[in-house]
Amino acid sequence: MTEFLNIFDATLLNSTFRFVTPILLAALGGLICERVGVFNIALEGLMLTGAFAAVVGSYYAGSAVGGVLAAALAGAALAAIFALFAITLRGDMIVLGIALNLLAAGLTVFLLRTIFGVKGAFQDPSIQGLGKIDLPGLEALPILGPLLSGHSWLIYLSWLLVLGMQLLLFRHALGLRMRGVGEHPEAAATLGVNVTALRYLAVLLSGALCGLAGAQLSLGNVTLFVENMSAGRGWIAVVAVMFGQAHPLGVFAASLLFGLADSIGFRLQGLQMPSQFTGMVPYVVTLVSLFIVEAQRRRRRRVAA
Amino acid sequence: MQPKAALPFSATMRPIINTLQAPLLAVLGAVLIGGLIMLITGHNPLEAYWAMLEGAVLGQNLSSTLSRAAPIVGMGLTAAVAFRAGFFNLGGEGQLVLGGLTTALVAIYVPLPAPLLMLVAFLAAALVAGLYAWLAAFFQFRFNVPLLISTLLLNYPARFFASYLTTHPFRDVPSGMAQTYMVPAAVNLPPLSQDGRLHAGIFITLGLALLAAFVINRTVVGYEMRMAGLNANFVRYGGVDLRRLGYRVMFASGAMAGIVGAIEVLGVHQRYIDDALTSPLYAWVGLMTALLSGSNPLGVLVAGLFFSAVQTGGFALERATEVPRELSRVLQALIILLVAARQRFHFGDGGAEESKE
Repeated sequence: MTEFLNIFDATLLNSTFRFVTPILLAALGGLICERVGVFNIALEGLMLTGAFAAVVGSYYAGSAVGGVLAAALAGAALAAIFALFAITLRGDMIVLGIALNLLAAGLTVFLLRTIFGVKGAFQDPSIQGLGKIDLPGLEALPILGPLLSGHSWLIYLSWLLVLGMQLLLFRHALGLRMRGVGEHPEAAATLGVNVTALRYLAVLLSGALCGLAGAQLSLGNVTLFVENMSAGRGWIAVVAVMFGQAHPLGVFAASLLFGLADSIGFRLQGLQMPSQFTGMVPYVVTLVSLFIVEAQRRRRRRVAA
Repeated sequence: MQPKAALPFSATMRPIINTLQAPLLAVLGAVLIGGLIMLITGHNPLEAYWAMLEGAVLGQNLSSTLSRAAPIVGMGLTAAVAFRAGFFNLGGEGQLVLGGLTTALVAIYVPLPAPLLMLVAFLAAALVAGLYAWLAAFFQFRFNVPLLISTLLLNYPARFFASYLTTHPFRDVPSGMAQTYMVPAAVNLPPLSQDGRLHAGIFITLGLALLAAFVINRTVVGYEMRMAGLNANFVRYGGVDLRRLGYRVMFASGAMAGIVGAIEVLGVHQRYIDDALTSPLYAWVGLMTALLSGSNPLGVLVAGLFFSAVQTGGFALERATEVPRELSRVLQALIILLVAARQRFHFGDGGAEESKE
């Protein structure tokens, strides 16, 4: 038991952000779609696409920035397809989301074979990773220091994006209109809001965000692409959006929780626990969190009644 | 007053054309887009498609297509049975895996005479997988966790658990691979062809499709399912307990997946091999056939054969040309994408999942 408790050290909390960030970025994407009334469950596929594109971009551009840009563009491009089919052609969003996830899975493997000629995984010294930024000033802080320093710039960007999204949604006219579109599209339309354009914008943004999430996965800690690298994190992001009630700060908290679970699972492997059990941790925690949310909701209702 | 005459040909053909036009157009579209992708990546699409066609139906390949169709159709039925009633079972993969593993473990370790053991293995697989699906329904009705999410999340623990059992306690250590020991020969499904690719499981799958079609279209519970899928409120006012329907439907759906797992283990592999049921993506391709055919069991049969042909063709494609077999996955996903765009799906307003407390 003490061995288990031993893993809770500063390095755990620091490394947790590596697990949190993909979920967080994808969840931000999911949240903005939710706010405009688009049910986007293609986060998984978009993240996977981003992870692949990041590696391709980094390899050919010779820089991590190139990779990240490629990831955002690829995510947005795939999301554009989703937007076209879901918004303009009015297809069923759930089916389209599933189809897009499958398309991304097939396409990434296909392109992996076609472009790099390998199966399973692609690794190469030319792939530039995101690197770490040590902030000596920040590091000096007593407890928070080691926690907040030494992350990739994408991780820091993700924190800014949380704030940015919070400001956008609740302090900016555009955000207000987006929320209006999500809550009552007809009313928004009568007020002259271009519902379609805003929905497209939200979906494209979510694609870019998921692309960034994928970039963190494939360039952040390790610098390689593995088939099906996203491994269900897109779905955990969907739950994070639900858990956080489509609110940026709530989603941030949820992502922290799930990322922590992922991170703990990873560390537990070092304790000779079979990897299969440690791998289960994030999914089980996600499910349990949904139970807790429901229990809270009921308790609140009982109290209110 | 016109005498009652037989319907003109066009009148009978029209409904058939109407239902088929969306999938056919989608296939056409996917083929065109796939061809474009191949051109961009420097391959010859005509050569590729011809190789796929030959690879799917020529000689021995036909038996591969048929034998691969069995799990695809089976998993399609799994999804279709749930979708039809308005319930999302995206947990086919986990249920399949648990079913297959249960089959292998029961067949290897339970001391019973062969024919009885085969039956018990099948039943055990159906039970375990059905219960796992039932669990997701429990989470929905008890904790309001959407089936879409719970079934999907449950896939992972199931796969991990099966992987663990196959690599640790029940591992066939001498073989050096992540698999169980071989199932006693007598318990396996009899083969139908020389190379052992075709097996009796195909008939079981066919039977399941017919059974599903019968139940959905000709029984009271099937009527309830269909109505629940179309309008959950209607069914509620009619006095049907949606929760009970949901539990039963999810159990049946999971049990179906379990049987598919049992067929694969006893018919194809004769043991449970880690990843053997998941890497061919049977559950996901099956899901796609259910979507393509509007959750109609007989449609699933046709769509399953078609998707199996695409997949088998894909393998041959890779052998004959340099095009990776994953093109078949891309084509399948494109077909679904294009089909989904043209019609709103009627497999449920999702209202069946909510229940009054």
